[in-house]
Amino acid sequence: MNLRTASIPASPVDQDWRHVARWGVICGLVLVGLCLVGMPVELDKRAIIERYLSLGYVFVLIVPIIMGYVSATLVRLEGVENRQQGAFDLVTGFVVGLIGGGLLSLFMVALDSWNLRDPLVNWSPKLFRFLTYENGMGFGAVAWLSTCAVLGLIGASLHVVPALVRRAVSFTVLGLLFLSILEGAIDDLLEGFGLESLADWIYAKKGGLTPTSTIVVGLVIAVVSLVTRGQVKAATTRYREMEGAERQKASMLLFVVVAALCVVLPIFLGKIMNELLANVGIFLLLALGLNIVVGLAGLLDLGYVAFFAVGGYTTAVLTSPNSPWFAPELHFSVTLVFVVLAAALTGLLIGAPVIRMRGDYLAIVTLGFGEIIRLLFMSDWLGPYFGGAQGITNIPGVDLGFATVKGTDPRSVFYLVLVFCAIAIYTSWRLQASRLGRAWMAIREDEQVAEAMGINTVNAKLMAFVVGAVLASFSGAVLAAKVGSVFPTSFMILVSIIILVVVIVGGMGNIAGVMVGSFVLIGVLGGPKQPGLLQEFQNFKLLIYGILLVFMMLKRPEGLVPSARRTRELHQEEFLQDAWIKGDKLDSDDEDDEDDGGAEPSVAPAAMSGGGEGGEEE
Amino acid sequence: MKPDGAPVSTHALSTKTARRLAAVDRFLTFIRVFLVALIVVGLLAFIWQQFDADNPFARWRNPGARSLTGDQFKGLLISGLSQGSMYGLIALGYSMVYGVLGFINFAHGEVFMVGAMTGFIASDKFQANGMWESNFLFCLALIIVMAIFFSTFIAVVMERVAYRPLRNSPRLIPLITSIGVSFFIQNFVLGLFGPSSKSYPRLPEWLSKQRSILTFEIAGTRLLVLVVAAVSMVSLWYVVERTKTGKAMRAVAEDKEIAALMGIDVNRTIVTTFAVGGAMAGVGGILWGLMFRSVTHMTGFLPGVKAFTAAVVGGIGNLGGAMAGGISLGSAESIAPMVILEPLGVPGVSQLKDAVAFTVLVLVLLFKPSGLFGERLSSEDRA
Repeated sequence: MNLRTASIPASPVDQDWRHVARWGVICGLVLVGLCLVGMPVELDKRAIIERYLSLGYVFVLIVPIIMGYVSATLVRLEGVENRQQGAFDLVTGFVVGLIGGGLLSLFMVALDSWNLRDPLVNWSPKLFRFLTYENGMGFGAVAWLSTCAVLGLIGASLHVVPALVRRAVSFTVLGLLFLSILEGAIDDLLEGFGLESLADWIYAKKGGLTPTSTIVVGLVIAVVSLVTRGQVKAATTRYREMEGAERQKASMLLFVVVAALCVVLPIFLGKIMNELLANVGIFLLLALGLNIVVGLAGLLDLGYVAFFAVGGYTTAVLTSPNSPWFAPELHFSVTLVFVVLAAALTGLLIGAPVIRMRGDYLAIVTLGFGEIIRLLFMSDWLGPYFGGAQGITNIPGVDLGFATVKGTDPRSVFYLVLVFCAIAIYTSWRLQASRLGRAWMAIREDEQVAEAMGINTVNAKLMAFVVGAVLASFSGAVLAAKVGSVFPTSFMILVSIIILVVVIVGGMGNIAGVMVGSFVLIGVLGGPKQPGLLQEFQNFKLLIYGILLVFMMLKRPEGLVPSARRTRELHQEEFLQDAWIKGDKLDSDDEDDEDDGGAEPSVAPAAMSGGGEGGEEE
Repeated sequence: MKPDGAPVSTHALSTKTARRLAAVDRFLTFIRVFLVALIVVGLLAFIWQQFDADNPFARWRNPGARSLTGDQFKGLLISGLSQGSMYGLIALGYSMVYGVLGFINFAHGEVFMVGAMTGFIASDKFQANGMWESNFLFCLALIIVMAIFFSTFIAVVMERVAYRPLRNSPRLIPLITSIGVSFFIQNFVLGLFGPSSKSYPRLPEWLSKQRSILTFEIAGTRLLVLVVAAVSMVSLWYVVERTKTGKAMRAVAEDKEIAALMGIDVNRTIVTTFAVGGAMAGVGGILWGLMFRSVTHMTGFLPGVKAFTAAVVGGIGNLGGAMAGGISLGSAESIAPMVILEPLGVPGVSQLKDAVAFTVLVLVLLFKPSGLFGERLSSEDRA
């Protein structure tokens, strides 16, 4: 392990050049890959800044920036210790961008001279027009070479410029990007508040920001970011340092604000946004359930969709008049009792056989169960009971006396989901700190030790399955009532995996993390079938989910909003090393890590993997 | 934790725990007995139906019982064998990677899909210029080589980018990563080649015609599949058991640290393992394409999961076991619906083929978690 010192080459600069070349090639390959997948052309339809910039170009342009930034970091980490940042980083970024742009230009030449449309569906004149800006080959090549090089330079220069400038620039760019990505939501909200004129000023008619508003809003964001510098961090630090009653009060306040927003906002939102919120809610409910199974108890359940299906089908059979075998047409609230029973039973049935299995076998077997349940619902064998491939249609909405919750009124669906989410959040929150919750965490960390400490692991694991199953079945019930029908195809394994991505990206074992994860992923990118805010992403969201999953696992396995305990578990070795290097100041280190909210651990694995690469080259 | 009350509560807890454990075990026993009873009843009904389709026991659940003819049965067996040999080829990759690194490479099914896709693109081009008909064996060799190349490439890149940085992390992390990799490759291929189902060109008539060998009526395609699978298996066996590289692989699977101390380049050996597994999956992909003649970006998912099942059935880490497991799984999948489910009166049994495969997985893990032929894992993985 510690042979790394021996493999540092005599002249670090040689080593660095090879890295620069490698990152340049990676940059080029990513650019070409993006083009071949068809992302730029498809996303070109979505304007970010009217007439000047589309989402397609953003996706291409962002690559050299990121690559420049990343490659400069790695060079810095792999060279001599404590090397000053400076010209070398800039050159690195520039060259990386240049190589990337060069490869893209070569790709353009290939695009122009051969026709490979037959296997590669995106090898089209459209792509060529996109890349050359409809100005011919020479212009395109020069433009991409220079743009990519400059962008690489900009990316690398983020390391060099003063912190204030970096903050202002990055906040402005990100803020504008968010503003235009969230266009649908913000537009809708402003209209709801009667501020159409503001919306019209910010957004152009065909979508995207107008040039004037871009400049004005950009300046505002920059100024605000400079003024509020350090305050957010200070506030979170203060919040973390609070204790006892004070902290409780602050948490309460935060909670009341979020809850009030959730209740009030939908009133001002239009139909589409409410539909979106309802979808987010349904998946949040699923994610909260999976968070208990995977995040707290550490059982990787890939067949989680089975419980979703059980909830949906139970509701369908009990409420729909079209149920083929047994149609009692019960009220939704009565159905819930049976939904809970059915889900708990399924949880026990699936949980019992897998409880003793190794973690990875458990994952595959639950995946198998998920498929079996879907196949059974689809088969002719159970067709007379569950409708087979035709599913069960005509599920009535939820009749509340004063209102009916159904798919045509997404706002009511959202409120229904909200109630269930509130229950789920409360349950998970209470369970987390309970004896059972601590037992789950102990099992996640080390099952044998947990058992030796007197924890009934079999019981605790079964409970995790059951609680997770019940939450998922609620979600299924709501989905059935919302859509008005259930089909076996709505319950593919895909759903399980998307929920897993949501939980992992958000932060395993952390309720706030799961909420952030489902809002960001389901809200912006969309669920398995439901479109999100970026409807143009429909074809690419699964690709992005895959990349996100790999990226998070490699660089930040604790998620965007990590739970402190989980972070410590995942980075145990690094923390110990840090502590050892700093001379056994373990206590003070721990606090540091909590204050940074994981900023430090995210750098550490990068350094480690980068170091590994350097070592293996020799 | 209260130290003073500890002894009493421990005692109370242990009896309680014991009782609950017993409840789960009783439940598991019940499941085992139930499944075995189901299989036995199905088999008995089948045997009865074979002797006399009119007797009441055979008619009990399945009023339309007809005895299978010998040819039908042989047909099921042959299709099971040929499909199973493909599962076996994929399973080898799972088994080897699990043996060496101790995690399930979920994306291995995608390596297989890449092989099948490469085969499609190449064979489509060959057919366009007429070589497919005139020079079939040459084309076949060429597409197999290309599929091996691309599958190996994907497998090695995958290892390098996604799995190497995670070498020492908790077990589930590489598994989750591999799910992400699998998702990524699927959708990348979807983006590159579009969602349409690609169909392989037809095999030339002289090859695909029915032949009869030892009274077995067998389609030429299936025969080709069996022969190629057997050849690949034998060459793999040779590489693993008779060459120095193979010896290194076995040593790394046994104990990485000691292997490193013996002068084995562990990283290179792991890459070799991925490469060999990828090559086998590539061959499997071509065979799949030749037999079923249709490939999409989702082709890798189900065969991948089933091949993992096959690896578990044969005992993970055990190469012969993986092949045998694949063949048993394939046969079970093709025979069990007709032999066990149909006599039990389940309609539309062919839809339940996949469900049967997963049930086999559950059965094996319930009865013999170490597989039919025994696991070969290093001591640290044998948790």
